[in-house]
Amino acid sequence: MSAVQATGSTGSTGRRPAAKPPRRSPFAWLREHVVLILGILVLAYTFVPIAVVVLMSFNEPISEQSKIYEFNGFTLDNWLNPCEDPSMCSALGRSIEIGLLATLLATLLGTLAAFALVRHQFKGRSTSNLLIFMPMAAPEIVLGSSLLAMFVAAGLAGQLGFWTIFIAHVMFCLSFVVVTVRARLAGMDDALEQAAMDLYATPAQTFWKITFPLVFPGILGAAMLSFSLSFDDFIVTNLNSGNTTTFPMYVWGVSRRSVPMQINVVGTVMIVISLAIVLIGQSRARRQAA
Amino acid sequence: MSQAADKQAVERTGGSTTLGKDDHTTYDGLRLRALTKSFATFTAVDDLDLDVPRGSFFALLGPSGCGKTTTLRMVAGLETPTSGTILLAGDDITATKPYQRPVNTVFQSYALFPHLDIFENVAFGLRRRKQKNVESEVKEMLDLVELGPQARKRPAQLSGGQQQRVALARALINKPEVLLLDEPLGALDLKLRRSMQIELKRIQTEVGLTFIHVTHDQEEAMTMADTVAVMNKGVIEQMGAPADLYENPRSTFVANFLGQSNLIDGTVVGRSGDVVTMDMHGTPVSVPAGRSHTASERGWIGIRPEKVLIGAPGEALDAPGNTIPGGIVTDVSFFGVSTQYLVRMPWGQELQVFQQNTGRVTIFRKGDAVELSWRPEYAFLLDHAQDASAGADKVGADG
Ligand SMILES: Nc1ncnc2c1ncn2[C@@H]1O[C@H](COP(=O)(O)OP(=O)(O)O)[C@@H](O)[C@H]1O
Ligand SMILES: [Mg+2]
Repeated sequence: MSAVQATGSTGSTGRRPAAKPPRRSPFAWLREHVVLILGILVLAYTFVPIAVVVLMSFNEPISEQSKIYEFNGFTLDNWLNPCEDPSMCSALGRSIEIGLLATLLATLLGTLAAFALVRHQFKGRSTSNLLIFMPMAAPEIVLGSSLLAMFVAAGLAGQLGFWTIFIAHVMFCLSFVVVTVRARLAGMDDALEQAAMDLYATPAQTFWKITFPLVFPGILGAAMLSFSLSFDDFIVTNLNSGNTTTFPMYVWGVSRRSVPMQINVVGTVMIVISLAIVLIGQSRARRQAA
Repeated sequence: MSQAADKQAVERTGGSTTLGKDDHTTYDGLRLRALTKSFATFTAVDDLDLDVPRGSFFALLGPSGCGKTTTLRMVAGLETPTSGTILLAGDDITATKPYQRPVNTVFQSYALFPHLDIFENVAFGLRRRKQKNVESEVKEMLDLVELGPQARKRPAQLSGGQQQRVALARALINKPEVLLLDEPLGALDLKLRRSMQIELKRIQTEVGLTFIHVTHDQEEAMTMADTVAVMNKGVIEQMGAPADLYENPRSTFVANFLGQSNLIDGTVVGRSGDVVTMDMHGTPVSVPAGRSHTASERGWIGIRPEKVLIGAPGEALDAPGNTIPGGIVTDVSFFGVSTQYLVRMPWGQELQVFQQNTGRVTIFRKGDAVELSWRPEYAFLLDHAQDASAGADKVGADG
């Protein structure tokens, strides 16, 4: 910035009339915009795969022989018949179902655990704080296989399926919920709740009028994180699923044959939903600040 | 009302608490008795007795960490006392919950609810108690603190001074028996602080509630309060009207923490009637008996710098006391309204002298030989066992 100004000022001194804009070297322009250019490149890098997914959702089906993933021609067929392969839609439904249930339970338990860890002094509190990180730190393959070993040891080898997947998902989502809600809660000034009590709010009123509304964004964020973690988990799910197929497992299965273009429709819808949630959140935050 | 405060101060000066149990039910102010709060390894408030007259502007003054906040929190019910009792208008409220006490607090950090607008912040207490006329009362209160137009803004959109006024309005609207203010002006810059001090005092006079104002700023305490209690290390050192505390401090801590004092080593020569005669490094000086706070043979003779008169050797100083010769000026600071000198005395001690610039005084220069004197009735005598520098390193007193 300062370099640009220096160039500009030397250019406008002396013989040249001041009204005439100074001539600038192309390097100066580059220097001024280097951050912007880099930013655009980085964004492009992250957006290209998304753009491909959106584009492919309008692609003509790929022929069995070619097996090359390329754009054959524009069609709306994929959007009009998303469930052309019924097994895809049933896998998708199952994933959403597991995602919602696991999110519900993990968010509930995780929020309660976070409150306990932040608000109460008890024996083993610091140990619990540490142990809560374990499922996040452990490699998924280790988590998945040890869970499987546990289910088998418990005599559930024949029952692997929907409920074992659900249990596994709640397990790994829980840590993320605890960590997210705990951070929000720890960042909250204790004096707020004390002020509420000082202003004649009973403990229950204090919780519902002050604590909960202030922690809610953290809980919501944790729930969204849980759902996306559950929705796209493959490794742990695959090990504990028995004969049940979730959406990521379906994609994995068909990717070795030809991939139905409807997968891109699902992908595009997911992207649009996430984008909508982010935009709504942002506009609400902006309205509150304004 | 300031008479009540004076009377209270006299009672306190008389020694330990001698009030009987039956007096408690008739006292209409806030009364703390033997209040103690110990944390795991540390006693923050130690056997504290305090009476705050109803309707007074009461300042709790002390250095940081002396237990002021802990005391307030116990009164508000946010901290459970280790022992002792809290009585409010005759009722024992020691064991009641914060939301059951007719006490409200202006928190040091303001603690405004960030998700509620200014109106709802102020209305919070009224709504919890299912009061009627919330709308009109909140409007009235917002007008009192001049925040009417900001009613629908959120706390984060206000300046520090405005947030401070919201915190005040939010507490005040409940018309508590006692309003607790924990360093409410601490986060404001000096200029804003001065104008808020006047504002607070105006509001207190207008609403007539009991204010307990905690501060570590001695100037703030003295200008605002009817009664000041000086707190140090968990106990009240002295309590009384600001002028009484300033003119007649009872401990070296109060002498140094409230303004500045020269404390000079002296030996008692005789006590007769209402005068204590002292030998101060060879010069006989006297102190009124009512301003003597030690019974031992040695003591600190105290004199405020502005009470000390300075003159050239042989010059007649307007004081009936003895002249103390042999001073050498070691430092001169010219402040316009006054000149502040440091004078080294023959016994090695440097004394502070503030001289008013009346226009008729000579301004001395560094190295000049001078004599000092003061009127005996301005001197006070303190216990020699106390640290002469206690309270001298006041923290942040007037930024
Ligand atoms: N919850 C607590 N646990 C341990 N010590 C505390 C706690 N609260 C305050 N203290 C200690 O008690 C002393 C008095 O604190 P406080 O009342 O906040 O002082 P002040 O408000 O006068 O600055 C301080 O030394 C502080 O460290
Ligand atoms: Mg404090």
